[in-house]
Amino acid sequence: MTHRIEIRTQEGVSDPHAAGVAAQIRELGIDAVAGVAAVKLYFLTGELSADDARCVATELLADPVTEQWTLIETGDDAASATADPAGADGDGTGVIEVHLKPGVMDPVAGSTVAAIADMGLSVASVRTGRRYEVALRKPDPGTGEPKPATRRQERGAGPAEPPAQAAEPDGELLETIATKLLANPVIEDIHYARHTPPEARGQRYELQVVEVPIRELDDAGLEQLSADGELFLDLTEMQAIQAHYRALGREPRDVELEMIAQTWSEHCVHKTFRSDVVVRDADGAVVEEINNLIKSTIFAATQKLAKPWCISVFEDNAGVITFDEQLGKAVCFKVETHNHPSAIEPYGGASTGIGGVIRDPLGTGLGARPVANTDVFCFGPPATDPAAVPRGALHPRRVMRGVVSGVRDYGNRMGIPTLNGAVYFDRRYIGNPLVFCGTVGLMDRDKCFGAARSGDAILLVGGRTGRDGIHGATFSSGELTHTHETAFSHAVQIGNAITEKKMVDAICQARDAGLHSAITDCGAGGLSSAVGEMGAELGAEVHLDRVPLKYAGLSYDEIWISEAQERMVLAVPEENVDRIRAVFAAEEVEATVIGHFGTDDGHLRLYYDGTEVGDVDLAFAHEGLPRPRKEAVVERTGRPSPPPPRRSDYGETLLRILAAPNVASKEWIIRQYDHEVQGGSVVKPLVGADEDAPGDAAVIRPVLSSRKGLVIACGMNPRYGSLDAYQSALHAVDEALRNAIAVGGNLDRTAILDNFCWGNCAKPDRMGALVRAATGCRDAALAYGTPFISGKDSLNNEFRTDDGRTIAIPPTLLISAISVVDDAARCVTADAKEAGNHVFILGRTGDRLGGSHLLAVEGVETGSDVPPVDCPTNARTMRALQAAIESGCVRSCHDLSEGGLAVAAAEMAFGGALGVALDLAAMPTRGDAVGAACRLFAEDAGRFLVEVRPDQYDAFLRAVQNCPVGELGRVIDDGRVRITVGDARIDVSADDAKAAWQGTFAW
Amino acid sequence: MVKPRAIVLRTAGTNCDRETAYALSQAGFDACAVHVLSIIDRPKRLGEFEFLVVPGGFSYGDDVSAGKILANQLIHHLRDELNAFVAAGKLVLGICNGFQVLLKCGLLPRGQVGADGAADATLGWSDTGQFEDRWVHLRGDSDRCVFLARGDVITLPIANGEGKFVPREPAVLSRLRQGGQLAIRYADAEGRSNDSANPNGSVDHVAGLCDPSGRILGLMPHPERFVDATHHPRWTRGLADVAHGRRIFDNARAALN
Repeated sequence: MTHRIEIRTQEGVSDPHAAGVAAQIRELGIDAVAGVAAVKLYFLTGELSADDARCVATELLADPVTEQWTLIETGDDAASATADPAGADGDGTGVIEVHLKPGVMDPVAGSTVAAIADMGLSVASVRTGRRYEVALRKPDPGTGEPKPATRRQERGAGPAEPPAQAAEPDGELLETIATKLLANPVIEDIHYARHTPPEARGQRYELQVVEVPIRELDDAGLEQLSADGELFLDLTEMQAIQAHYRALGREPRDVELEMIAQTWSEHCVHKTFRSDVVVRDADGAVVEEINNLIKSTIFAATQKLAKPWCISVFEDNAGVITFDEQLGKAVCFKVETHNHPSAIEPYGGASTGIGGVIRDPLGTGLGARPVANTDVFCFGPPATDPAAVPRGALHPRRVMRGVVSGVRDYGNRMGIPTLNGAVYFDRRYIGNPLVFCGTVGLMDRDKCFGAARSGDAILLVGGRTGRDGIHGATFSSGELTHTHETAFSHAVQIGNAITEKKMVDAICQARDAGLHSAITDCGAGGLSSAVGEMGAELGAEVHLDRVPLKYAGLSYDEIWISEAQERMVLAVPEENVDRIRAVFAAEEVEATVIGHFGTDDGHLRLYYDGTEVGDVDLAFAHEGLPRPRKEAVVERTGRPSPPPPRRSDYGETLLRILAAPNVASKEWIIRQYDHEVQGGSVVKPLVGADEDAPGDAAVIRPVLSSRKGLVIACGMNPRYGSLDAYQSALHAVDEALRNAIAVGGNLDRTAILDNFCWGNCAKPDRMGALVRAATGCRDAALAYGTPFISGKDSLNNEFRTDDGRTIAIPPTLLISAISVVDDAARCVTADAKEAGNHVFILGRTGDRLGGSHLLAVEGVETGSDVPPVDCPTNARTMRALQAAIESGCVRSCHDLSEGGLAVAAAEMAFGGALGVALDLAAMPTRGDAVGAACRLFAEDAGRFLVEVRPDQYDAFLRAVQNCPVGELGRVIDDGRVRITVGDARIDVSADDAKAAWQGTFAW
Repeated sequence: MVKPRAIVLRTAGTNCDRETAYALSQAGFDACAVHVLSIIDRPKRLGEFEFLVVPGGFSYGDDVSAGKILANQLIHHLRDELNAFVAAGKLVLGICNGFQVLLKCGLLPRGQVGADGAADATLGWSDTGQFEDRWVHLRGDSDRCVFLARGDVITLPIANGEGKFVPREPAVLSRLRQGGQLAIRYADAEGRSNDSANPNGSVDHVAGLCDPSGRILGLMPHPERFVDATHHPRWTRGLADVAHGRRIFDNARAALN
């Protein structure tokens, strides 16, 4: 017996969600919709009487003040469609019902089952769904009879209707609304009538060990096997596997092949970054041969800097640095990407992206408590014409809304403040958006290392295992194509934040009680990756039939590689097993021993019901990958940009840059994130007199009883990436650092992280840009004295359209910075504070405009003359500024980035609800020929605007005496942004500047 | 002097328990966070405390509706103990999600868990339809409420999606107003309530509600997020000499003397 309960908003009560859906339908260009009602659906199955169901509806499910419920009995018969009043009588109301596909995570269902049990009742299962009743406007009287909305059933859920039905205009309309806005067919079924889904019944699984013949295959056969098995391995790699099994004298079993493919995936082993590279110039001459790209660039810089406060770099799930010696605390930081899943299912992809990176600090050392999240997104332009979106790609607006909601719902539920980020827009991200998520963790200094010991139990904790996310690691290592949406729907996962939150609470207790000897997350590659890495030296024995499943029917192979979310693996000494299980039980987290570490020969052995189903030589899995060799071509740079139009008044230009999507206020996003939870907020993402102006970096106090602070900042400039990858990397590092220093960060206690998102590096031009960017990272890290402590790359970010075109993203490098400051209360913000104060500029301005926003808004095609970064001078400037801020002689400080000085000055002015009067004659420049447009809008690195009180004038100048510095003018109180440069000027009101900046995303 | 004991009641998805316990300890309480399941196991433990705080977060993920599932647990497992706690004149504070829990289990506005009769009010989705984190001004509006004096104007952050106060009918609102139970209202910096100072469309600008005794308070803003001058969004402008959130906890401490 299934009880269907429909819950709708009471008459006269407003429903902002339904109103939001109606507004988004209008955004799609559909005017035929008069209104939308949103209805929540619950299906209660089991031995529950109708009276009990009514009681559940009244006391639990419906809000007594704002909602009403209807109960519909559907009997035992599965998949029944009951008569549906809405839509059936031709009153012009269409129905769209959205139901999760069987097996997709439904967090509400689990909570509801438990709550019904609390009421003393019981149900076998609960499912939820959403229903929309779409009121259509009466058609034009001239066109005849109003047509009732067509109701169709999705394939697989009932008899398919004749195709002619789809051509009906109203049916098409509903289908458009359903598929473009309300549901994602990857995870959800759509029905156009009242629908009660059949109870999900798992199939029984009969053990059948599968061998994959490989020893006799020729090269074509090996490539075919790689493609058919979704292994994403190239021919050399397949040959290495073949040779291994020939030597063993047997065929591999499916699970062994899967495990090797996962271990060798780009996602897990970063083979491109570890490859040897032959670098050629544009004429084909070899200019450099590199052994192991990452070791010779990024790792080399960190090793050379050898900072004593670096505790663990590039070895654990996150990089670990000292936070406070006296407190005995360390912090760790990791930034990940989740691009391909977010392209296909933005909400689920982004939420599991943040969920996944949270598990990195949690799986570092013996476990760090997450204290801050960051998020950086790259999308196609929100104003993209829907007709220009290639088939198989979602519209950027939908991607953006979905991604923002996904990060919001997961991060907020986890109780981790999301406090730093950025958003970039570029046409080339349309089919392949980028979603970067970072997490900072806090841990005791003596819990920074862990190692499994032979005999330790393998404890699997957290969520259950299902078919979700199978082949995620290999999927994320390949290109996206227009058919990926359907072909790889199994790679998409849906998260449940509360499962993860409970797991965090329990793990921190187990850690403090010293109950486990090692921990890692089940991320890409699932158990295969987690157990394989923890047991790399020891071997392990795993009984896959002991893994708790969401539903029956999974094969041993699926269990081993599933990437179901919210799971961690712990190594637990036998004597602690009972105690640690009690800790998890008290937090209602499932914890299961599935085997133990240590085998005689160091192999990994997998069993199902006592039968051996896999035997992997971990030495081969971890060391047997042939070292790849890559070809790279470095393209010419420095092609000059045409000059922008000369103007006498640049006021309008300033307003247009402020309104450009990359510059404009992201308050719409920022406010949706809880950036103050955990109670340590010091500098928020939005600052100023009205609390809505841009800040440069966030500051928190992760230990509430201490004044010690953490500064978190980022830098990225994809516009430079495709023009000059080397300078682009210097810019990204400089920007992250100057954001951190602008709020009071300490350059000598700053660590940085790299995240490379690149196109297909089998193509020499992409590889060339990667080499140049990695080299830039090394040079910048050495020049500023800031070590890289962690990094990640996501390659193959290309989208292949159905007509065979390939769209590669611009080479995109995100640098994240984390800085430890002694007294958070000495930090400063970017908003101007008092009229009468002096305004100085630090840093030099040049005459290069390549990649600038000025050229973009003027419609001038850019050259590749990216402003060169003078790292040594900039490092000196940052140290001097830091000393000035520490000594208290800086009232406000804002870094110059997109849009240059004019934008920074305007932001400073409206941030303080004040004005500025500046003359740029005294601006330090590179050479004498720097014109007005460059002085106003050039985007050279290493520059800051600094506000200084008159009584600190001398002290400030003493602090910065060895740096390029210019006195530009004063903060004024008449609310104008007044900038003079020779004969040219800007004179706009700060209010107008702010309105332009805020108008673009006033969503 | 023995510090009064405060319990911060947490469960799956609670996430403001640590900072709330910290704020309580700053105000002179001996505070600890305890999982609701361990109280359900040994309900008598509740009697060891003078002050019950249900903190913010997303208990059970806000599944079904915010605070509903924890409220349901309190009704079905801890009704008698909670009613005895209240009858003994002890204090109860619900912050954000905790306010939603108190309202949905009946402790607010009637001061009794599982009180008979239809629910008086709810906290529904904000008019903006989405979660928002922003700072607001508030005015104490009750002579009864022990946590904030009438006329006191403070500033605190809100961070919620479901915080719009909606009474069942106008008569309920009048009754609550006359009973001095509309304890805290959204206001502007000068303490005047008006639509532009109301962040979510709450009826009558209600941000916090107390029971008839004034010893149970629920409020949407987060007092534990303003117990240090550097919490204020404009502290770098020299605008935060007093941490307003501390006042709520200090007043609670004073009410137990």
